[in-house]
Amino acid sequence: MNQRTLNRSLWISFFILPGLLIVIVFIVTPLFLSMFNSMFAWQGIARREYVGFENFVKIFSRYPYKDRFLNAFGHNVQWFVTTMVVQNSIGLLFGYLIYKRIAGAELYQRVFFIPVLFSIVAVGFLWGLYLNPNLGIINHLLHDIGLHSWARSWLGDEKLATPSIIAVNMWRWVGFPTLVFYAGYNTVPQDAVEAAYLDGVGEWTLFWKIMVPLIVPAITIITVLTLIGSLNVFEQVYTMAGLEGGPYFSTDTLSTLFYRTAFGAVDSGIPEVGIGSAIGVVIYVLTFGASAVSVLGLRSREVEL
Amino acid sequence: MKKAFILGLVLLVTGSLLFAGGGKEEPAAPAAQPAVEKVSLEFWSWRTEDVAVYDELIAIFEAANPDIDVTFTAYKNTEYNTVLSAAINGGSPPDIIHLRAYGGLEQYAQPGYLMPLDDKVPELAGFSDGAIKGVTSIADGVQYGVPFASQTLVIYYNKAVYADLGLTVPVTWAEFIDNLEQMKDAGIIPLANGGKDGWTLEVLQGVICPNYYGANDFFTELVAGDTDFTDERYRTSLEKLLELRPYMPDNFMGVAYADTQMMFVNEMAGHFIGGSWEAGYFSAQNPDLSFDVFAGPVESAGQPQYVSSFVDGSFGMSAATAHPDQATRFLRFLASTEAGQFLADNLRQKSDVPGVEFTDPFLEKVGELNAHSTPYIMLVGFRYEQPTGSSLIQSTLQGMLADTIDSAEVVRQVQEGVATWYKPFQD
Repeated sequence: MNQRTLNRSLWISFFILPGLLIVIVFIVTPLFLSMFNSMFAWQGIARREYVGFENFVKIFSRYPYKDRFLNAFGHNVQWFVTTMVVQNSIGLLFGYLIYKRIAGAELYQRVFFIPVLFSIVAVGFLWGLYLNPNLGIINHLLHDIGLHSWARSWLGDEKLATPSIIAVNMWRWVGFPTLVFYAGYNTVPQDAVEAAYLDGVGEWTLFWKIMVPLIVPAITIITVLTLIGSLNVFEQVYTMAGLEGGPYFSTDTLSTLFYRTAFGAVDSGIPEVGIGSAIGVVIYVLTFGASAVSVLGLRSREVEL
Repeated sequence: MKKAFILGLVLLVTGSLLFAGGGKEEPAAPAAQPAVEKVSLEFWSWRTEDVAVYDELIAIFEAANPDIDVTFTAYKNTEYNTVLSAAINGGSPPDIIHLRAYGGLEQYAQPGYLMPLDDKVPELAGFSDGAIKGVTSIADGVQYGVPFASQTLVIYYNKAVYADLGLTVPVTWAEFIDNLEQMKDAGIIPLANGGKDGWTLEVLQGVICPNYYGANDFFTELVAGDTDFTDERYRTSLEKLLELRPYMPDNFMGVAYADTQMMFVNEMAGHFIGGSWEAGYFSAQNPDLSFDVFAGPVESAGQPQYVSSFVDGSFGMSAATAHPDQATRFLRFLASTEAGQFLADNLRQKSDVPGVEFTDPFLEKVGELNAHSTPYIMLVGFRYEQPTGSSLIQSTLQGMLADTIDSAEVVRQVQEGVATWYKPFQD
């Protein structure tokens, strides 16, 4: 090895090592630790005997773990589907409108992105206040415009609690897909667009047949990020509904279930580290598997010019 | 040369990163040792709001025990368990541990992290049975803590509103409902409670239901496994809660704990069902608020009015302490009337230490109500393993108050969940 290559490798190590260490200490090690912990029976915070996959079997077969797990997973699916259909469609549209330079596009481009920069906890806390049934701004607003009958106890109603939290999250996050799609539209070669216009293609056909197929890489990124985000959603639920996923488990997600099980809720629970770790491992496997499938699936749809 | 320099730099950066994540640095040892060997005891708690009071109490102890130096450290309530667990697992637990009671005690007692106190603190013999239950492990029957305070679940009422409307303190359910009705007619929210935070519903159950399920008799049968949660007495007692719904705030299922406190403090609501721990907060938030408490109502006058009560926590000793004798002296001091009186006077908490006299009229009243006390059912009996009775009742009561499920489904779910781990239910 000559001097130059050695220097180069040393410099590369120098820049990579800090990041690598952080990843190893805070991501890889805990992952393997939770896999390890999930194979044991626990007594409070003390690790006891090795039980193999018993904790995993419990999650999928025994009351109430099974019921809670399926219920929570159902809400994660609801998060993914709603976010994909509503938020990302809006993002696709907003991105296109900005790309088309509608009046005030410059302003919108910035305004949409501002909430993305807000702290998720602050947003959850503030919207929790806005949605307060008797003191909150939302019900007061409905009252003022004569829609008193529309006022609800948003976060206290089992049917509305999860959709309300999802809506708040969309308000916060819609600027992100907007920006990514906007960047995607801009990568579409202008000559392709002009050629389409010369051929007399309408705006609708242009959008669906030319623009969308050419921004599939951006759609892939947003889909995978939405998938990961939906499977790991925690802070939004924690700040607006609490660790118990109330009312009556209607906002529970895999992450709140995991946290509550592994660490115990102050007002009701005792930690169950073994089961909690097992849920953590299942979340990891689900996230990894679903991301891999969606990346591979969408990549096959990418179009090259 | 240059190569060695870069390599050294890389190692240095890597090393410093590794150690940056290292454990808490040890406090520096006192520079010069005095002639008498002074022993330092670490005392951990979650009572961040009480640091000044504990420091004062420790000063009293240290004045009488110049050879012991106690350091009080409080961690945030919600992080305390995690910090304490990490310290115990890491092999550096504090000498004196502020412990929670019942299941909260069990998770440290069962793995053997705590020192048995039966033979160390003779003062424990003078405590009431109820207080001792909160510091006794259900696994081995050994006492691991000195009880520090107990809480009682009561109904607060606004005295000014009662005077304005000419109401009297109710004894029976009919009288209570009548008072609520009159407040509603007067345009005042009769009852501040809501359903967004499940644990406040467990408290509601703890106040209203014991007088309908047969308080201690039912509790004794239940923990023995002679009956279970599907018992009609328990199920019908839960239905009493449904009768309170018309008097709760609008959209009560979305009303959170903080909202309910706010409504009572700002005199928007006439009643608040909660724990004795609220009194200090109410007075601090609104010094002009004139309130008092009464016990959950009964069906007909003359029946004893039971209140649910429970031990809030205790002072224990780490099994790994290097100074068991000094720690014992400190715990015996905490179990003394002197320390109990000091904490009761300064923290406005109902001390369990025998011989303590309550100078505070509120504590005195709570003491009177405890003439008929019953264990706070889920916390005292069924919060030892997952799914805890508390977690089950909190969520299912939300379902019941929202009419998603009925009382029969509530008790079915609670019974099925608790029976997965509670031995007397498995026979």
